[in-house]
Amino acid sequence: MSSLSRRARLLVTIVAAVLLAGFATGYAVLGRHHPRQASTGPVPGPALMVLSNGQLSTVAAADPRGPREVTEVACDRVHAAAATVACLEPVGALSATRLVVMDQRLHERQRVPLTGFPNRLRVSPSGRMVAWTLFLDGHSYATTGFATQAGVLDTRTGKLVTSLEDFAITRDGRPYRNVDANYWGITFAADDNRFYATLSTDGHRYLVEGDLAAKTVRTVRDNVECPSLSPDGTRIAYKSAVDGDPAKGWRLSVLDLASGTINPTAETRSVDDQAVWLDDRTLAYALQTSDGTNDTWSVAADGTGAPRLLVPGANSPSPLRR
Amino acid sequence: MYLTTLDRGGVRTLGRVSGTVLALGTVSLITDVSAEMVTAILPLYLVAGLQFSPAAYGVIDGVYTGATVLLRLAGGYIADRISRLKAVAGAGYAMSALAKLGLLAAGASGPLIGLALTVDRAGKGLRTAPRDALITLATPAEHLGRAFGVHRTMDAAGAFLGPLVALGVLALSGQTYEPVFVASFCVAALGVLVLVLFVPSDRAPRPGVTRTPGSGLARALGSGLARAPGSGVARAPGEAAEARAGRVTLRAAARLARGRLLPAACVLGLVTIGDGFVYLVLQRRAELGLGWFPLLAVGTSLAYLALSAPLGRLADRIGRSTVVLGGMAALAGVYLLLWSPLGGPPLMVLVAALYGVFYAATDGVLMAVAGTVFPAELRATGMALVQSGQAAAYVVSSVLFGLAWQAWGTGVACLAAAVVAVLALPLMAVLLRRRV
Repeated sequence: MSSLSRRARLLVTIVAAVLLAGFATGYAVLGRHHPRQASTGPVPGPALMVLSNGQLSTVAAADPRGPREVTEVACDRVHAAAATVACLEPVGALSATRLVVMDQRLHERQRVPLTGFPNRLRVSPSGRMVAWTLFLDGHSYATTGFATQAGVLDTRTGKLVTSLEDFAITRDGRPYRNVDANYWGITFAADDNRFYATLSTDGHRYLVEGDLAAKTVRTVRDNVECPSLSPDGTRIAYKSAVDGDPAKGWRLSVLDLASGTINPTAETRSVDDQAVWLDDRTLAYALQTSDGTNDTWSVAADGTGAPRLLVPGANSPSPLRR
Repeated sequence: MYLTTLDRGGVRTLGRVSGTVLALGTVSLITDVSAEMVTAILPLYLVAGLQFSPAAYGVIDGVYTGATVLLRLAGGYIADRISRLKAVAGAGYAMSALAKLGLLAAGASGPLIGLALTVDRAGKGLRTAPRDALITLATPAEHLGRAFGVHRTMDAAGAFLGPLVALGVLALSGQTYEPVFVASFCVAALGVLVLVLFVPSDRAPRPGVTRTPGSGLARALGSGLARAPGSGVARAPGEAAEARAGRVTLRAAARLARGRLLPAACVLGLVTIGDGFVYLVLQRRAELGLGWFPLLAVGTSLAYLALSAPLGRLADRIGRSTVVLGGMAALAGVYLLLWSPLGGPPLMVLVAALYGVFYAATDGVLMAVAGTVFPAELRATGMALVQSGQAAAYVVSSVLFGLAWQAWGTGVACLAAAVVAVLALPLMAVLLRRRV
C-alpha cells in the first residue's frame, strides 16, 4: 500500500472517512424509531400494574395476558401500594433519574432528583413510605466492585433519607463499621418504621432488620438479597446467590421469620429481582430473556407447583386493589 | 519499501517529530475516540439499556486481565520474532474495531458482552508494545521523550473527543445506544486504515540489525542491558551487545527480564493505587455529589494532555530518570493531599493537576527509557515485558490498598501509600541510574 503516492493515500483516507461517517450517521438516524407499545383496551376490576417496554401499564388481575392499558408515563422501575404510585424515571445520556410519586390517577405529587441507575423500588403497604435503590457507577475500584445507594422518602412529612449508609450497624450482636457497606432492596413493615434490606459488607450479603426512626440496622441472616416482606408480615421472599456466589445466579426462596425455615420456590431459573407478593400465597418476579426483554412470572410461595408466565413482555409488577 | 523512514530520524519530519510518530499518533487519536465513545456509554447501556443488576455488571466488568497480559507478552515477542511490528499492531487495532461490532451482536447476553470487551482489551494489549516499539525505531534516541510526549498528547486528545462524539450520536439516534457501537466501529476502522496507509512497513531488517547469527547490533544502544551470553564480556556497556544480540529467541527475551527496567516498572506499578481509588477518596474527601465523579477524571486528563509533550521534551533535556522520579514525587504528593485536612475545590484542583503530572512524567517517559535500553530486534518484547510488569504490580498494589482502606480507614491508607511512594523514590533512582 505504501507504494501509493501520498496524495493517493490521503484521497483514499478522505473518501473512506466520508463513507464511514455517512454509514454511521445513517444508522443512527434510521435507528431512531422507539417502538411504542399500543394500548389494547381498558382494564376493569382488580388490576396488576406493570411496565411494558418501560411504559406504565395495567392488566386485569383476572386476565393478565389479555387487554393492556398502556400510558405515556415512562419509568425504569414502578411500584404501587394503597393510593401511591412511585416511578423511577429512566436515565438519559445527559439527564439523571428522578423519583416521581403519583396518586392513583397518575397525577404527580412529589418528585426527588436522584443520581445513579434505578435498581429497586418499593412503596410501603400503607402507601406512605417510598424506598428505592440506585446503582452508582462509582468507577468500580476493585475489579468486581460496585456501589449501591438505598434511600427512603416519607411522602407524608416529605422527610428524605438519601442513603442508609450512616445507619448504625449491629452485626451478629456487636457494633460494626466498614467503608464497604452497601445497601439494597428495602421492604417496609406495616408500621412504616421497621424495614428489611440487604446489607453487603465484608464479602457477605446480609438480611438486616432496620429501624428508620432510630437509624439502626441489625443483621438477621447471611446470603439473603432483595427481601420482600409478605402482606401478613410473617415471611420474607428473597433471592440468594447459588453457593454464595452471585456469578452462579440466584435462587428465589422464602424465609419464615419466626421459625427461620427456608422454602425454595419451584422456580429453578436465576431470579435477579425483588419479588412481589401478589397475595399471601403467590410471588411475582421478572425474568429477562436472552434478547433483553422481560417477562413477569409467578410461583407459589410455599415451594409447591410450577412457575407460570403471568404477563409477557412486562416487569415491575405490583397488584392494585381498586 | 519505506526502509528509509525507519532510519533513525525518519524521512518526513514535522517539527522535530518523525512522520511515523505523527501517523501513529493520529491512529491512536482516532482509536481513542472510538474506545472512549464506548467507555462513556457502557455503564448506561448495561444498566439502563439492558437492565443488568449491579452484581451482573460487576462480573462483566471484572474482565479477564490475566489473559490480556499473556497476549501482550506474546504479541510483543511474535512481532519481534517475525519482524513485523506494524502487522501485529494492526491486528490489535483491527481486533478492537471488530469487538465494537461484537458488542452490538452480543445483544443482552452477559457472557458475550464480557467476551467482546475481552477481545477489545486483548487488542489493546496486543498493539501497545509493537506500536511503542515503532515509535522508538522511528526516532533518534535523544528525541524519544519528545516523540512519546507528542504521541501521548494526541492519544489523550482522542480520549477527550470520544465522549463528545458519543453524545452527538445519541442525539442523532434519539438516545438509542446501538448506533454508538456502529459509529465507534466506523471510527476504529478509519484508524486501522490510517495505520495501513501512513505508517511505513517494517518488514525489512531493522536498522543496524543483521540477521546472521553472531553479527552485531549496530549502535548498541549504550545500555549495558543487552548482555552477551557466553561471550565472557557480559556487562561491558556498548560493546556487550556486539557479540550476538541479533537473534530473537525466547532465551534472549527472557534475558531482558534480568535488566533493571523491569523491576523499575514494577516499582512504578506498586506505588500506583489506581484511578478508581484516587477519585473515590477525592470524591468523599471533597464531599462532592456523585455527579461530579467523571469531572475528576476529566481534570486529570486535561493535565496529562497539556503536560505530556513538554515533560517529554524536558526528559530529553535534563534526563529521563529525573522526570520519572519527579512524577513519582507528584504521586506521593497526591496521596499526601488525600490524607491532609485540605478539602473542597482546592483539593480537587491540586489532586487532579498533580495526578496528571504523574501520568505525563511517567507513562511516555518510561517507554522512552525502554527505547534506549532494549535492543532493536527485541524492542517490542522488552516493552511488552515492562508494560506487563507495571500492570501486574498495579493489580497487587490496588488490592493491598483496598485491604489497607478496610483495615485502617481512608486517611491512614492514603498516608501509607504516600510513605511507600516516598520510600520507593531512592530505589527507583538506583534502578534507573545510568539510563539517560
